[in-house]
Amino acid sequence: MNSYLEATARERLARVFDPGSFQEFLPPSARVVSPHLGQLNAPVAFDDGVAVGRARLDGRPVFVAAQEGGFMGGAVGEVHGAKLVGMLRRAIADAPDAVVLLLESGGVRLHEANAGLIAVSEVMRAVLDVRAAGIPVIALIGGANGCFGGMGIVARCTNAIVISEEGRLAMSGPEVIETASGVEEFDARDRALVWRTTGGKHRYLLGDCQVLVADSVAAFRAAALAQVAGATAVALTLSALEREQAQLTARLERFGHVREPMELWRALGVAAPEALPLLEADAFVAQVDALRLGGH
Amino acid sequence: MDWHTLTAALFPHGCDVREEHQVLTGEGRAGAGMVAVVGTTGHVPIGVETALAQARFILQTVREHPGRPILILVDTQGQRLRHRDEMLGINSYMAHLGKCVELARRSSHRIVALVYDQALSGGFITSGLMADACYALPDATIRVMGLPAMARITKVPEERLAELALDNPVFAPGPENYLRMGGIEAIWRGDLAAALETALQLDSESDTRSALGLARGGRGLAQRVIAAIVAGDDVLAP
Repeated sequence: MNSYLEATARERLARVFDPGSFQEFLPPSARVVSPHLGQLNAPVAFDDGVAVGRARLDGRPVFVAAQEGGFMGGAVGEVHGAKLVGMLRRAIADAPDAVVLLLESGGVRLHEANAGLIAVSEVMRAVLDVRAAGIPVIALIGGANGCFGGMGIVARCTNAIVISEEGRLAMSGPEVIETASGVEEFDARDRALVWRTTGGKHRYLLGDCQVLVADSVAAFRAAALAQVAGATAVALTLSALEREQAQLTARLERFGHVREPMELWRALGVAAPEALPLLEADAFVAQVDALRLGGH
Repeated sequence: MDWHTLTAALFPHGCDVREEHQVLTGEGRAGAGMVAVVGTTGHVPIGVETALAQARFILQTVREHPGRPILILVDTQGQRLRHRDEMLGINSYMAHLGKCVELARRSSHRIVALVYDQALSGGFITSGLMADACYALPDATIRVMGLPAMARITKVPEERLAELALDNPVFAPGPENYLRMGGIEAIWRGDLAAALETALQLDSESDTRSALGLARGGRGLAQRVIAAIVAGDDVLAP
């Protein structure tokens, strides 16, 4: 089995990185569980839904984290967030070649509401601290739960995102929008629309991610390796953020009136946008690479 | 509190703040010099335009007024819940705003935030929670998500969540809970101008919220987990 989507967080760690190289910080045997889930009679996990540690990627030392979508959708609670922050701060001290985040998360764990919100904020600041220390941060997104909410923001604070066709990256989940704004605003059961709006191919066309890969652990490994080896201009700079400001402004001016992702693809110059969802990753990239927006 | 009243109280020596599409930008005169002011009003949802306008002002401040302190005024009902904003990549716009605040911090701008009305979730993570220190007025409300949507996602009945929101520190929306968890540095009462002056003098570039949360008894595990991992221990300190 080579599917990244179907693998668990720990299977991904074992196979994206060099065999046997993952060493976990605060492993499940430490029995550190959420202090908040009990009052809602929700189950706890001995890793609180995330594994963090160090590993090697083609021999290079890296710090890593993998969120487990099977536990509360990978959502960030107090302990989960603190494990990410602890790993990120230790990375600054140890100076590995990169930090690689295997993200799969609905964002703030609503069962831990306020504590989860602060935790995601701390993760966001810690990611930017790692970049400021000159260590590149790479995000991989290809799990069934996508990368949403505060973690969708965290992902866009990294140096590069590798996403699969099946990966999804956004802010509010369709269910949240439907509940708040009505089914006519966003029908959460329209899977094709959800995919067109949040899926890896759409994000790649907008330039919100750097690499689009097929749903395979080997493809994610190869892409992560290339991003780690090729990372430049790691820290934030005024000129880079002014460039991003110009790109996001242009995106809004050009597509702010568009109602449907397929219209946006057509406006980008895609001749047959209705055919894009059916293309394999390689064929898709070959067809749209010259048309897609610039990335960051 | 109305933002005109608020800015007048914060800057008795004068300020020039304008509102455009519920985004506030401008400057105020504090004891030690000018302070850049940016934020939102009217509980506006933070959509792509709202995020971009604030980011533009912060970048302009970094470019044209090196080192000038930045005051972020927070009043938002959260990220805009629209299909169109998601299609355009609202998470990228929000992340951009957060990165602009981070750049300002790294460029020696002191960043102070004040929740003067509502703060909610995504609109708060990339504004107030990115500051060196975030403060709140006593009657501010800070929450993660409206209860109906929260009930749908968690499968916990809305009545149960409403009950928890009354007094459970993890669910209740008052600033005192955020204070105890370290998310809010202090609650400002009385002389707002004096409180701002004090905040502008403090120097805390690093993120100390988990340590504050432990010291104040509101978040017992976060700091201990972080410390254990940084120290390479597999056991938490008591």
